[in-house]
Amino acid sequence: MAVIIEKNTKILIQGFTGKMGTFHAEEMIKYGSNVVGGVTPGKGGQKHLDKPVFNTVKDAVKHTGATASILFVPPAFAADSAMEAADAGIKTCVAIVDGIPSHDMIRIKRYMRRYSRNEKMTLVGPNCAGIISPGKSMLGIMPGHIYKEGRVGIISRSGTLGYEAAEQMKNLGIGISTSVGIGGDPINGSSFRDIIEKFETDDETDAILMIGEIGGPQEVAAGEFAKENMKKPVIGYIAGLTAPKGRVMGHAGAIVSAYGESAIEKVEILKDCGVTISKNPSVMGDTVKSVLEKM
Amino acid sequence: MDIHEYQAKEILQGFGVTIPRGGIVYSPETAENKAREIGGSKWVVKAQIHSGARGKAGGVIVCDSPLEVAQATDKLLGKKLVTNQTGPEGKIVNRIYIEEATDIEKELYLGLVFDRASESIMVVASTEGGMSVEEIAKEKPDSIIRSKIEVAVGIQSFQARELAFGLGIEPELIRRASETIVGCAKAFSELDATMVEVNPLVISKQKQILALDCKMSFDNNAMFRRDKVSELRDKTQEDEKEVYASDRGLNYVSLDGNIGNIINGAGLAMASMDMIKLAGGEPANFLDVGGGATPEKIVKAFRLIKMDKKVKVILVNIFAGINRCDWVAEGIVQALEKIEIKVPLVIRLAGTNVEKGNKILRDSKLNYIEANTLEDAANKAVAALRK
Repeated sequence: MAVIIEKNTKILIQGFTGKMGTFHAEEMIKYGSNVVGGVTPGKGGQKHLDKPVFNTVKDAVKHTGATASILFVPPAFAADSAMEAADAGIKTCVAIVDGIPSHDMIRIKRYMRRYSRNEKMTLVGPNCAGIISPGKSMLGIMPGHIYKEGRVGIISRSGTLGYEAAEQMKNLGIGISTSVGIGGDPINGSSFRDIIEKFETDDETDAILMIGEIGGPQEVAAGEFAKENMKKPVIGYIAGLTAPKGRVMGHAGAIVSAYGESAIEKVEILKDCGVTISKNPSVMGDTVKSVLEKM
Repeated sequence: MDIHEYQAKEILQGFGVTIPRGGIVYSPETAENKAREIGGSKWVVKAQIHSGARGKAGGVIVCDSPLEVAQATDKLLGKKLVTNQTGPEGKIVNRIYIEEATDIEKELYLGLVFDRASESIMVVASTEGGMSVEEIAKEKPDSIIRSKIEVAVGIQSFQARELAFGLGIEPELIRRASETIVGCAKAFSELDATMVEVNPLVISKQKQILALDCKMSFDNNAMFRRDKVSELRDKTQEDEKEVYASDRGLNYVSLDGNIGNIINGAGLAMASMDMIKLAGGEPANFLDVGGGATPEKIVKAFRLIKMDKKVKVILVNIFAGINRCDWVAEGIVQALEKIEIKVPLVIRLAGTNVEKGNKILRDSKLNYIEANTLEDAANKAVAALRK
């Protein structure tokens, strides 16, 4: 089985009938994802892209048995939609939207503490490209065809830098088991550590490429987890070597404000944790290749 | 988004924090009157710019008469103040805050930030007020006390009390100190702040607890629901090109180098800058036109880069995913029919339909250097610079 999503995972589109929701739902359906319907409050009972539209996530789950959802709702309403998904029993929710206030993200995460570990939804994002298990399912907005099927897991904050890695790997004949975009915001649903832990127990993944950037403690936390608990090799790249301190570099979370948050410091700490570092973004594929050859 | 000291003070006053009497002026003529209106016999004239460390840069002047207040105001207004946080170009002083001088007995530090590790709001306090928090962390780390706010319920009185006692505040002032801490925490939570800093928080000789200097920053993503806060934005304190960019939905940060960048996606943009540096060049900017790289955004991006006179080479690096390279190439060709670029241009396309995209560029009248990989693009940009 693929980590997080599988071939037949039933997917709902939240914000289904909007422009973004429609476009990406079509792309996902074309890729072969099992989109079973969508939610747009007030449009329940209609059909959109030949799939049923529901007023609430609860209704949608009841009628379709969906276990995953993807959010295409505007940032002001995204927190509400994510909590609605959690409450309706959705297991995996991907928030694509960029611009959710940090206070809202904290609120979502506190809200989700009411569920036990087994019942808790995995929230991925926001401000991310989503999840793809090549050849199986795509719960995201990435160009599916650049991902070759294979056995390397990718975790990336950035969307396009993740695509860059996938393409470099494809050109070298290396395939991907699952790629997860965790997003560029300071507070996100799933951290590098959360996902790396899932990859460690995934029998379809042999090695993991982790693409981080400046700001926040997550890359280091994942490195420390890998050092203590992982047998699979981890390859890392950290973007933002040239980023000045105290400035936000596009992603709301990409800001150096404390020790251990700059690219150089993260690279040093990750090396100490046994992570193989890709020395520049042009050789992410080559670095993965050299690690795989040693296995 | 940052705001001025006087604006932060007004906000915190609304949450029960006591501030010294003061007022804002925009001209020396009004300054003298303002000083009389405030009253007392000693005033502090403070340049309002979006930066700390103003005192060391000469932006804070103590005055003994209303006339001196007017003179100090005259001296500071219109001046560019260079602090260790503004960069060499400094920031322009358009507003002056005049405040009654405070008899200081003790200076404390109080700050609130998002703690990304625990995903909560952290209150940081220290008995070593007046120094920057970085200096305190370095020189007097033992003086720092922390308290984590559970966002679902907000700060509790006992937490504020613990902090106040932890700061060694005398028993009869604990209540006011706690109220001050609670006020700052409420302002943080209720206004979508990302930082509140009162430094120094002082105990005056008259036994008042006063916020002597304040800083607040807010979450740009939350401004849609904070009309009053967003009105406090002062664009004169921001880089002209960064204002142009943010008003047009581009993510832009001005830097010191001379290779201009147009890239889609924040991560790829940072990675491309890294490649430029590794190739021996210096990026002039960070610019993310958004994952989609629409033709409209590309036109705006070229206009923006053109505003930067430092730029000697432009590097375009687009990874086209859902939006195909041929479409992106057409966007670039159209953009450059409208905007004349006189410096060398390196273009690297990757992703969907890359051959088609490169063919469109080659078949156009465009004068550019084609690159294939990230590394190739950076090397060619640096080489073009050296010619």
